[in-house]
Amino acid sequence: MRGATRTTMTRRALAAAGAVALTATACGGGSTASGGAGAQSGVVRAFWTDPQHPVEPANTNEVQGGKVLDMISRGLMKYNPTTGKAENAVAESIETDDQQNFTIKLEKGWKFSDGTPVTAKSFVDAWNYGALVTNKQVNSYFFQYIEGYEDVHPEKGKPKAKKLAGLKVQDDHTFTVKLNQKFSLWPQTLGYSAYAPLPKSFFTDHDAWLTKPVGNGPYKVDSYTKGQSMKLSRNKYYAGEDKPQNKGVELKVYTDQNTGYTDLQAGNLDVVDELPAGQLKNAKRDLEGRYINQPAGITQTISFPMYDKKWQSKKAAMVRRGLSRAIDRKEVTEKIYHGTREPATDLTSPVLKTSGGYKPGLCGDACEYDPKAARKLIKQGGGLPGGKITLTSNVDTGSHRQWMEAVCNSINRALGKNNACTINPVPTFSKFRSDISDKKMKGMFRTGWQMDYPLIQNFIQPIYYTDASSNDSGFSDPQVDKLIDQANAATDEKSAVRLFQQAEKRILETFPAIPLWYQNGNAGYSSRVSNVKLNPFSVPVFTDIKVK
Amino acid sequence: MGRYVIRRLLQMIPVFIGTTFLIFVMVYAVGDPVNAMFGERAPDPATAEQLRAEFNLDKPVWQQYVLYMGKIFSGDFGNAFNGRPVTELMATAFPITIRLTLLAVVFEIIVGIVLGVITGLRRGRPVDSGVLMMTLVVISVPTFVTGTLAQYLLGVKWGWIAPAVSPAAPAGELLLPALVLALVSLAYVTRLTRTSIAENARADYVRTAVAKGLSRGRVTVRHLLRNSLIPVVTFLGTDVGNLMAGALVTERIFNIQGVGFQLWQGIVRQNSPTVVGFVTILVIVFLLANLLVDLLYAVLDPRIRYA
Repeated sequence: MRGATRTTMTRRALAAAGAVALTATACGGGSTASGGAGAQSGVVRAFWTDPQHPVEPANTNEVQGGKVLDMISRGLMKYNPTTGKAENAVAESIETDDQQNFTIKLEKGWKFSDGTPVTAKSFVDAWNYGALVTNKQVNSYFFQYIEGYEDVHPEKGKPKAKKLAGLKVQDDHTFTVKLNQKFSLWPQTLGYSAYAPLPKSFFTDHDAWLTKPVGNGPYKVDSYTKGQSMKLSRNKYYAGEDKPQNKGVELKVYTDQNTGYTDLQAGNLDVVDELPAGQLKNAKRDLEGRYINQPAGITQTISFPMYDKKWQSKKAAMVRRGLSRAIDRKEVTEKIYHGTREPATDLTSPVLKTSGGYKPGLCGDACEYDPKAARKLIKQGGGLPGGKITLTSNVDTGSHRQWMEAVCNSINRALGKNNACTINPVPTFSKFRSDISDKKMKGMFRTGWQMDYPLIQNFIQPIYYTDASSNDSGFSDPQVDKLIDQANAATDEKSAVRLFQQAEKRILETFPAIPLWYQNGNAGYSSRVSNVKLNPFSVPVFTDIKVK
Repeated sequence: MGRYVIRRLLQMIPVFIGTTFLIFVMVYAVGDPVNAMFGERAPDPATAEQLRAEFNLDKPVWQQYVLYMGKIFSGDFGNAFNGRPVTELMATAFPITIRLTLLAVVFEIIVGIVLGVITGLRRGRPVDSGVLMMTLVVISVPTFVTGTLAQYLLGVKWGWIAPAVSPAAPAGELLLPALVLALVSLAYVTRLTRTSIAENARADYVRTAVAKGLSRGRVTVRHLLRNSLIPVVTFLGTDVGNLMAGALVTERIFNIQGVGFQLWQGIVRQNSPTVVGFVTILVIVFLLANLLVDLLYAVLDPRIRYA
């Protein structure tokens, strides 16, 4: 009995091995093969991990869920994958006279993958759902600029209204939006998936929608096995211009990036957009150049507790500047990150491109490594408060411990003192986060920023405006606030960007945060596919991928 | 015997409550999971408050624990933070891990005991020292090294197998992961069997059996092996629990979506319902496996009787 089971199992294993070998060669040859590990012809097989939240537009804030939304939904605007510029998608026009009241006209002919039309109501209902506090959507704050937000999303207690007062449906293809402040660049935020329209079925049978999401994007969901895979094929109703260049996409859940990478090398996977840190050094060579390393909208900075008296004086600004000059960014980005980070020289990100407000070198020599100048600045500023400083961050993800040690070593070397800077590792991200919220920081602490949309506004206002949602350092400067207000009220993009840059300059005078580096998005792909790109959010542009 | 089983089952209750409470407190102590749900930014206070209320995180720990236990007894293990019921996760994860564990145990029993008997009977010979050396190597190399190495060689370099196991995880695809998982324990089983056999080979009853004129095979299997298996069975019993929980490393390497994966993801995302739920089941498995081992003693050794 036992012997029998064993032989059958061995035989099966051999058969499986044979099948795999066949598919592997088939992939290389470009013909088709089906079966467990094989690939359907024309279908892109991509790396995926289980999304952290249910996949719904206003509740998805990480890349894995975002990947799906990017494929199955299209909002009013869409970000051009190469330039990062917002372009009209479902919107025919978005007009305003006062940068506060907007009239949005939809292009006719758009349909959801279930055949129902996309109307003004699809947007208004979706946005109202996303903003309402009792729906517990993590992206609610995207609707914070729409009038009536504080009624549907009060800080405490029950909401006073169910709908945003600022949204009004005019007719099937027109609606108006009233904002609670002037915000000239607001239409350009609308490319983010949180603003996607939703079909009726989302509201009538929410659970069914979550098991098989329906949207108006280039792809539709064929099957979704939670925790395992999602199969998508072309949406025949798709009205946009970027029609898929392939027959479909299969997202496969991996529990470990290393396994995904191994499967890519073995030819069982086509696109991996999360490369394991340990492989970055070899990825380019291993994959024979099928490797992408391009700017993502993520920046890392070190912030100071500006709520602490010690850091408020004029002289303290010199100390902060000195610390910045003591950090050898180039060495850290090369040695620890193998070129997947770039030393930062402003507070924005290269994804914005110079036309969008990215200005390399805006930080000036304060972001340049110069140990001598660093020593001098810190001395002039009265030395480190208490002669010592700590650098705090969570160490459960990323390579935070490694770079923190490198940064501290760099500072210590520059100051010629062995323990001037020490690291203060916090075990988990959530503990670190609550320490920041409780304003418990004493010395330097890590602050990262992942953009919501590729706009200079998003790199400045939420972080440096007085009492803004992510103003972790407690920085406040009336001049900066005023410049941001002016920028938001500006009539054209150029002057808005210019005003934001002025605000940025002014922020860097006080120097509440040390720009460290810009983070890149990385991906690898198999020889079976071509034309693989990442969009500004580091999500692969699946519609453009061609399968050989 | 029946009374003994009932007594043992009753003893499990305090152990069960104690362990679940400890795990609950430990998961809780790591920090507020809602903070980690908003990515790299400060959570929006209003939404965070709603989420805390949904998962009872706004109540004191003891109250959360009581609420949680109350639900468990009605079969509701709560929802993971991505909205999936934990029972659903268990229904997909446990069959896979059980399959993997059983395969691993089969490897341990067959290969481990055969090697153990051979070496035990041929102590000091080249076979014995050879196998001993091998077990030493296997024990000293950690699982993730053997796992990734085997995966790279067989999966990428030679292309014999798929490096990642498909979501359905059929037994055929689990052979290599099971072998990797079993390796360390297999070495222990070999060594335990060898020592036990070697010791008992000189026992009186073996000499008697040989003197009675029984065949060599019959003496070895019926008399010597049966009596030598007690330490091995003890080890295997506790190992079932270890293998299920310890499959975490192997499961991650081979992308097997079993218990280890769910546990690991639960820990990373501080998903207390998943972690506590899965560990609770693992605790029960462990307790039952131990009970089974104790009962097996009586079968193997006629001198042991339970009142």
